[in-house]
Amino acid sequence: MPTNDKNGIKIWQRRTNRESIFHWLLWLIGIMIFTYCWQQISKSTTWFFVWDAPRIATDLWTRATPPKWEYISQLGKPIWDTLNIATLGTLFALIIAVPVAFLAARNTTPSRFIIRPIALLIIVSTRSINSLIWALLLIAIIGPGVFAGIIAIAIRSIGFCAKLLYEAIEEIDATQVEAISATGASRWQVMVYGIVPQIMPAFAGISVFRWDINIRESTVLGLVGAGGIGLQLSASLNVLAWPQVSLILLVILLAVVISEWVSAKVRGAII
Amino acid sequence: MLKLDKLVKTYKTGDQALKAVDIEIPKGQVLALIGPSGAGKSTLIRCINRLVEPTSGQVYLNDVELTCLSTSALRRERRRMGMIFQEYALIERLTVMENVLSGRLGYVGFWRSFLRKFPQSDVDEAYRLLDRVGLAEMADKRADELSGGQRQRVGICRALIQNPALLLVDEPTASLDPKTSRQIMRLICELCQERNLAAIINIHDVALAQMFVQRVVGLRFGAVQFDGPPENLTPEVLTMIYGEEDWEATIEKIEDEDEADLL
Repeated sequence: MPTNDKNGIKIWQRRTNRESIFHWLLWLIGIMIFTYCWQQISKSTTWFFVWDAPRIATDLWTRATPPKWEYISQLGKPIWDTLNIATLGTLFALIIAVPVAFLAARNTTPSRFIIRPIALLIIVSTRSINSLIWALLLIAIIGPGVFAGIIAIAIRSIGFCAKLLYEAIEEIDATQVEAISATGASRWQVMVYGIVPQIMPAFAGISVFRWDINIRESTVLGLVGAGGIGLQLSASLNVLAWPQVSLILLVILLAVVISEWVSAKVRGAII
Repeated sequence: MLKLDKLVKTYKTGDQALKAVDIEIPKGQVLALIGPSGAGKSTLIRCINRLVEPTSGQVYLNDVELTCLSTSALRRERRRMGMIFQEYALIERLTVMENVLSGRLGYVGFWRSFLRKFPQSDVDEAYRLLDRVGLAEMADKRADELSGGQRQRVGICRALIQNPALLLVDEPTASLDPKTSRQIMRLICELCQERNLAAIINIHDVALAQMFVQRVVGLRFGAVQFDGPPENLTPEVLTMIYGEEDWEATIEKIEDEDEADLL
């Protein structure tokens, strides 16, 4: 009852007295927890290393600059591999994600109690494991190289794409589907005419968004031996070749900027 | 032509949307279904083409009983029932032509429809229909570029290209302005006359219904309260269908409008 009657004037407050005390207590507890954690972290930090950080950073900066430009001749192939891992990985993921999404969406699944849970399980299990871990597993199974990277990226992306896509399928306008069904169309025709056009913009957006993420993810896959520019990065880091590392980072930055630009263009064109 | 026999629909929630509705419609008759929101008008027409499954009762379309048909037989019968929707229900991202041709999906195989290779006769008919409703120039526009009245015309073409015997029309004018509403109602009724189609038109606007149809059925709480010609809609009858209200104004307005039309 936020409204109080005081001498005939109705006073309105956002919360009742009890509610405001409760909110105040909640804030108090929150701040106490924060302070306690801050103290614990502070105690277990070796502050010498932290105070030292600016000096080390400048030291690293002087070692890493200027980048070793002539090293670029050896980076063409790895960055091409990285782009291929991302692109093919996304493509394979989409091929599997589309049917999984249709099986998972409440309004298109053939069976809510058997097939839908299986589809959801596929989505959750592929999504919950990072692509770096998938790569580690796959390298053990199919050996190091680009192929392991592609499969790792693909598996990681299935859940992501299928989840976003099935949410888009569930949000379609049902009367358009009704209208197509009412013409006497078959189940597959209803899908092609009633559902697919409605989810096309979402599908395009999801694909380029995931491709964009995958370019970033595939740059690190080389660290565990799954091909691409990460391989060069880990090799250079191991021999402390800082000018090479800085050049590699620049190349990765450039690739990511270009992919951002491409995906923004594609999204703009299709939606 | 169409016969509903003790049609009952009970939703899972226990709401009885239709209580043993009996209606018989001869060939070529246009019928307006009026009634308050929630009276079961939409449910009634959706039970006819089984977008909503009726709980019990029979629906006969030219002696074919619809409620017990298998999926594929139902698809064949649905081709003979064109449906027009309140919010047009066009596929927004497809072109006008694709939307009209989607009315032929029941006649065309999957791959032909997928590749948009419709028979030339269908395409010819689509152009004829678009021309008839005044949208000949719009065939290649995307449906979401059109105005409300234009979209509803596309919806009408989609229903008619099915070559139906019956039109099921769900609130065709509820999203349109008064002038466009009249034009659309007039168009639907003219087309029904030209092609000798029977039609059931759900409509909220009693005055508009009276202007165009030959027969009015009033539904309340899922039961038929009134069935007769539009002239018989007296204030007492409207009170019976909708509840207590001053109905004189509604009925007077129609008479005024009729005179205005004559002028």
